[in-house]
Amino acid sequence: MQLTLWTYEGPPHIGAMRVATAMRGLHYVLHAPQGDTYADLLFTMIERHGARPPVTYTTFQARDLGADTAEIFKQAVSDAYERFRPQAMIVGASCTAELLQDDPAGLARALGLPIPVIPLELPAYQKKENWGASETFYRLVRALAGPPATAPRVRASCNILGPTALGFRHRDDLREVRGLLGDLGIAVNVTAPLGATPADLGRLGEAAFNVVLYPEIARSAAQWLERTHAQPFVETAPIGVRGTRAFVEAVAALAGVNPAPVLDGEGSRLPWYARSVDSTYLNGKRVFVFGDATHAIAAARVATHEIGFTLVGLGTYSRELAREVRAEAAAHGIEALVTDDYLAVEAAIAAAQPELVLGTQMERHVAKRLGIPCAVISAPMHVQDVPARHAPQMGFEGANVLFDTFVHPLMMGLEEHLLAMFRDDPEFHDGVAPSHLGVAPSHLGGRPREEAEAEAATAVLAAAPAAGPVVWAIEAERELKKVPFFVRGKARSNTERYARERALPLITVETLYDAKAHFSR
Amino acid sequence: MTALASPLACGPEIRHERGQRAVFCGLTGIVWLHRKIQDAFFLVVGSRTCAHLIQSAAGVMIFAEPRFATAIIEERDLAGLADAHEELDRVVRRLLERRPDIKLLFLVGSCPSEVIKLDLGRAAARLSADFAPDVRVLSYSGSGIETTFTQGEDACLAALVPDLPRTDEASLVVVGALADVVEDQFARLFSDLGIGPVRFLPGRRAADRAPVGPRTRYILAQPFLTDTARALEGRGATRIPAPFPLGAEGTSLWLAAAARAFGVAPARLAAATEPGRARAARALAAHRERLSGRRVFFFPDSQLEVPLARFLSREMGAELIEVGTPYLHRGHLAEDLALLPDGTAVTEGQSLDDQLDRCRAARPDLTVCGLGLANPLEAEDLPTKWSIELLFTPIQGYEQAGDLAGLFTRPLARRARLEA
Repeated sequence: MQLTLWTYEGPPHIGAMRVATAMRGLHYVLHAPQGDTYADLLFTMIERHGARPPVTYTTFQARDLGADTAEIFKQAVSDAYERFRPQAMIVGASCTAELLQDDPAGLARALGLPIPVIPLELPAYQKKENWGASETFYRLVRALAGPPATAPRVRASCNILGPTALGFRHRDDLREVRGLLGDLGIAVNVTAPLGATPADLGRLGEAAFNVVLYPEIARSAAQWLERTHAQPFVETAPIGVRGTRAFVEAVAALAGVNPAPVLDGEGSRLPWYARSVDSTYLNGKRVFVFGDATHAIAAARVATHEIGFTLVGLGTYSRELAREVRAEAAAHGIEALVTDDYLAVEAAIAAAQPELVLGTQMERHVAKRLGIPCAVISAPMHVQDVPARHAPQMGFEGANVLFDTFVHPLMMGLEEHLLAMFRDDPEFHDGVAPSHLGVAPSHLGGRPREEAEAEAATAVLAAAPAAGPVVWAIEAERELKKVPFFVRGKARSNTERYARERALPLITVETLYDAKAHFSR
Repeated sequence: MTALASPLACGPEIRHERGQRAVFCGLTGIVWLHRKIQDAFFLVVGSRTCAHLIQSAAGVMIFAEPRFATAIIEERDLAGLADAHEELDRVVRRLLERRPDIKLLFLVGSCPSEVIKLDLGRAAARLSADFAPDVRVLSYSGSGIETTFTQGEDACLAALVPDLPRTDEASLVVVGALADVVEDQFARLFSDLGIGPVRFLPGRRAADRAPVGPRTRYILAQPFLTDTARALEGRGATRIPAPFPLGAEGTSLWLAAAARAFGVAPARLAAATEPGRARAARALAAHRERLSGRRVFFFPDSQLEVPLARFLSREMGAELIEVGTPYLHRGHLAEDLALLPDGTAVTEGQSLDDQLDRCRAARPDLTVCGLGLANPLEAEDLPTKWSIELLFTPIQGYEQAGDLAGLFTRPLARRARLEA
């Protein structure tokens, strides 16, 4: 048993729902107890869908247990077919139904419906949401993609694979990627799952290659299409200016078109904004990144290579893509954190003392508690991260969005400068939070920042193995207060580490500056 | 999958329906119960789905040092039951080490734990013995196969009853989790009526255990407390029948029932309730205009539907198209049912798609439903009121009567306001 408060991913049948809800003409019958319909509101509330997800639940109850549940399942499948007349159906079990002896595949087959009915095996006690989405999409593609094309294919044509319902900015990414492909003169054959019908999946083979936007969801399907339909695929995430350029080059090469018109175009404002003098203060800001693998890796690259931050932490909850994240972290000289335990992430953030956290909804709350600026770059997200405005992560416009998103939680350069210069003035004292943090003092539960910071420092100390008692001289403590609050926690822990390593009995003003010199190498 | 109607001689027409149900399971009760009992912790023994449900239902609350969590059953726990008990002990030990302030721990059963027949009652007894006297460990089931939404509170409170001390004193117990502000108002009213001692179940702390015995009278503040009532009767307590304290009329009748049971003089009742009734009347007048003649449709959710329909129809002048309820306790709701207009369609249970067909055909002015249905119905131009808010908002008593009406008028007022 795993003690859990927060889960980054839902169970695998939620992944199947994300695929079913993204598509049209497909219906999902889920063998599940009463109550599992809660999942509907993820789509109707977080993503504000104006229609119920195309899911029928059997909603069996205790009195139905026994032979009855199989009958309920069959009835639900045939009722759903009669009512919705889908082109195809998927059937499967949620975690509780998995424990029953019913066999959704066999029961559905016995009904002999005149449409493809695709059974899903989603092991709820081993796997999670993204795996469920990936498996569902793979099963659908396998079942519906038809035989390999015999007619010659137009070279400059592709499928876009991966966007789903409840995907982080999938709607807007798609618009950007379609724009890029259109500018390159590449035709989009089918986009799936988002907006596709089962019949559309039957046409997948007509494209020359595939563009995988989110490997968490579409890699297995793309690999299968590569094997059986000889369609190569591009998996470069077009996130950030560099990422987008690499993507454009990769698809242009596969399509046999010239990438220059797109690459030479206006592109993004990010490079100029990052070079403008107000951005100088962004240099080397310590950033901690956590999210799904695709977004975490991309955000780490944008943050370091395009905005000039320093990466002090990189992690993911996507075990399926842990290898990629580990490799990226190694390239930055750090070790990746692969975990789905938010307490481990919280401890890592506290220990790394970043100045900015890029993460999920969860890290937003952790950062708020620690008083650290934060931006959301990955699912799981709340309703505010399904915005009404166009807000892609991908493409050149996505890069503009990322620049604003990463920088806004921080203080703007001038504001930070004033804060450091006039820190004893009433308007600029330590308790004043960056204006972009809004009502920051209440984030700390009404406590002075000092106290919260001390707590964070204690947490770090507690985490260190050989944490002996470290005593601060009064003058040293006073001198520490002159360090701007946003780096004071780091200064404190560095000094204490320095003192501990040298077994110094007392931290003096000297020690403070010795440590500063030591760590500023 | 609709069974035949079984009309009473007069009064509402009650039908039963079976089929797909769009309702929460009883685990959801944790979200408000943990706020009520301030030193209790709720540990769900279930799957990732259970954890995901609570996280979705609790929304942002999950980060304010919440006192609930899930012990997620994994593949290896399914291999053998003995192992599962050891695992549970390990998880509980770790939890209590982290949270020494916890005095009462609920092991909450889920669909998976019920289906694999993990004996949480036995686990609770064993752990209670291990951690006595610092922590009491109790168990109940909030599984979807056994409980619908608010029935989770019923199961939780029923688990508390055997744990209550015994008394021979005459006393009143008010049963059902109420917002603290509502509880305080009722406590003052009972004190003005000279009724006492008055206790509330659940108490605000684990140590607040209302004594019960053969001279205890209890009154339900919520309509979904079937098992809790039965457990209290088992301890010798007697129920005071009353409609539920929603709206000015409901509150008056509820207080009057208690006053009668305790032999309070009518003049004293009138004096104690007059200021509240007058204030509620003023607050309700503003909303009556908006709701009068409006046609309302209730999807089943919390069992609050019948008393809410009674309030909307009698005090607000609304017309009732259909009153869905997940479960109908005819005894506990007899007084409310009697106050519904003759022929009101009350549906127990649900066949979702059939009910949606009826709703669409009727085109109600206001539909009370869950969050899974609300936006889709709005997109079909059918105004909705999402029902879960009725559990999180203080709605009982005189001072909240206007707020209660406001919950129903707000969506209509908003509709009228938006032009784009």
